[in-house]
Amino acid sequence: MTTQTVTPPQRAAPDESYAALRARPRMIIIGLVGMAVVVWALANLFLAFGYYPERFGNKIVIALLAIVAGVAGAALLFWFLNMFVEGLPERLTQGVIPYAFLIPGFLFVALMLIYPTFQSINYSFANSDSTAYVGLQNYRTIFGDSEFWNAIINNILWLIIVPAVVVAFGVVVAVLSDKLSANGEKFAKSLIFVPMAISAVSASAIWLLVYAYNNPGQAQTGLLNAIWVGLGGEPQAWLQIETAKLNSILLMVILIWLQAGFAMVLLSSAIKGVPEDTLEAARIDGASEWQIFWRVVIPQIMGTIITVFVTVFITVLKVFDIVYVTTNGAYNTNVIANLFFNKLFGASEAGQASAIVVVLLLAVIPLIWFQIRHFRNEETNR
Amino acid sequence: MSRRLMKDGRPLSPFSIVVMAVLALLWSIPTIGLLVTSFRSRDEAASSGWWTALFNPFSSDWTTSNYRGVWEGNDFGAGFVNSIAVAVPATIIPIMFAAFAAYAFTFMKFRFKEFLFLLIIAVMVVPIHVAFQPMLNLLGPRGLGISGQYIAVWLLHTGFGMPLCIYVLRNYMTTLPASVVESAKIDGATHFQTFWRLVAPMSIPAIAAFATLQFLWVWNDLLVAKLFLNADNATVIVKLQQLLGTQGQGQELLTAGAFISIIIPMIVFVALQRYMVRGMTSGAVKG
Repeated sequence: MTTQTVTPPQRAAPDESYAALRARPRMIIIGLVGMAVVVWALANLFLAFGYYPERFGNKIVIALLAIVAGVAGAALLFWFLNMFVEGLPERLTQGVIPYAFLIPGFLFVALMLIYPTFQSINYSFANSDSTAYVGLQNYRTIFGDSEFWNAIINNILWLIIVPAVVVAFGVVVAVLSDKLSANGEKFAKSLIFVPMAISAVSASAIWLLVYAYNNPGQAQTGLLNAIWVGLGGEPQAWLQIETAKLNSILLMVILIWLQAGFAMVLLSSAIKGVPEDTLEAARIDGASEWQIFWRVVIPQIMGTIITVFVTVFITVLKVFDIVYVTTNGAYNTNVIANLFFNKLFGASEAGQASAIVVVLLLAVIPLIWFQIRHFRNEETNR
Repeated sequence: MSRRLMKDGRPLSPFSIVVMAVLALLWSIPTIGLLVTSFRSRDEAASSGWWTALFNPFSSDWTTSNYRGVWEGNDFGAGFVNSIAVAVPATIIPIMFAAFAAYAFTFMKFRFKEFLFLLIIAVMVVPIHVAFQPMLNLLGPRGLGISGQYIAVWLLHTGFGMPLCIYVLRNYMTTLPASVVESAKIDGATHFQTFWRLVAPMSIPAIAAFATLQFLWVWNDLLVAKLFLNADNATVIVKLQQLLGTQGQGQELLTAGAFISIIIPMIVFVALQRYMVRGMTSGAVKG
């Protein structure tokens, strides 16, 4: 409350500058107390959901209460936060308010993503229940484990095949569907897009039905074996065939099936954005449709192709559910994320699991760099 | 005869029609197989392919007993309730927090603004696997002791969804006319009022876009649900995974269970498809 001694800024009128410099203690106090009460009440309510779920009677009641309390609580929190900041001397307010708006969101990010990143690196040097340091022992163990290298090789195979196939498929579908009538295009695209809504676990259930195996002589209930036998082959247990990594490739089909719609939607909108006059100009110059596609269309949608490729690449890097529910890594189909889960959950080897996560982290660093560069390009084009 | 034209004057392309029809069919057949099998009796499903039932619809033994069996016998009913109770709050709670942050990133000037936003982009790519062991310690019996309950999963999904939500909302808000916010400021509105009365209502399409993506993501998630929910609170996806693990018995139950796990995201997807496309085109990736 000693702000009166400060010389007022020159441009402002005397009483305005007085207001600009003076703090409003009542708003500060109400704001602070309000925030504290909201945080305290929310923390207690949500901890009660955790500790005494039976007291709320019904699970739906808990969910509804959580929605109301979560949204209203967040609104109230920001209201008090805003009141507190506006109670500060005005010049301070302008400087503080952006951070006040950012802090709650960033606290979640810090707690759930940034802190665990460093803690996981930390745990990777610790023992199986993270109670004592063991130096580089975990890294020595995983690098000496042939299963780890198997998983790495499989992951690399996934990374080479899946994003490329998804992008190629997306381009083909986007180009061909663009030549259909409006309704036909909408219908065909919807059917290819729908698997986006299906979870990897449910998709695996769907495809296990396709790959199902019955003993020779019995009727084949799996579509693939039915076709195979119909063509004169012996029924095969497809997911056990390691030759030429056939089983891994059949698992990749599931992910390609899930992701194709995503690629199609983005690439389709990119192709529709290619200016018609560039195509016309090429036609007048006598270019064939094939040449137009490669020399005119593809260069103009290259940005989207790369974006889709990187997005699918990131998804593939962490592929887990499909492998976990179909083979759980057996028959040489293991991947890094599945190995991680089995170390963490099955073997309770937190140290080794964390070391695997660190390997995964190192793999995404170039992708982070790419995403940042991509964002900067977009900003300059805005 | 010259090339036939479509109604809108473009040339008809038989090649495209045939290829797209084949692809659309290929993409649908696996799901159709699941749907058909889920309505077949146990004996029929084990003795003939699902397509035979489709070719002889009247001599087949159609039944809904698989659905009844899996809903009650395998607790998919409880799992369904759990999935809703997990997914809806985990979709809605991040939005408010992220919207304020997105507002600050769009309409305010402050130090470290670019650095903080690049941080958001970076953590979007960080695999969420980093969080599991540290969070099991923090939320589990060695820490807060709330692991196993909904609240643990809400918190995690709020954190995991936050960067994406901030990113999508901020990208949308930059397309709003800056003059609106400027004139509100001249009229003496505080940032808080501007946010509530102007920017939040105008951002509804982006909020819907994020909500669709996040809902599908949370509903379809296996990892977080499996690690952080106890058996009573397990979601349909976890139940389905457990059913897949018990080999041999009950393939007919499995198909019904899988379909139960698909139906809600499918409805959300069909209803909110256009918002979802907008969310994806804003460059959304998630760790």
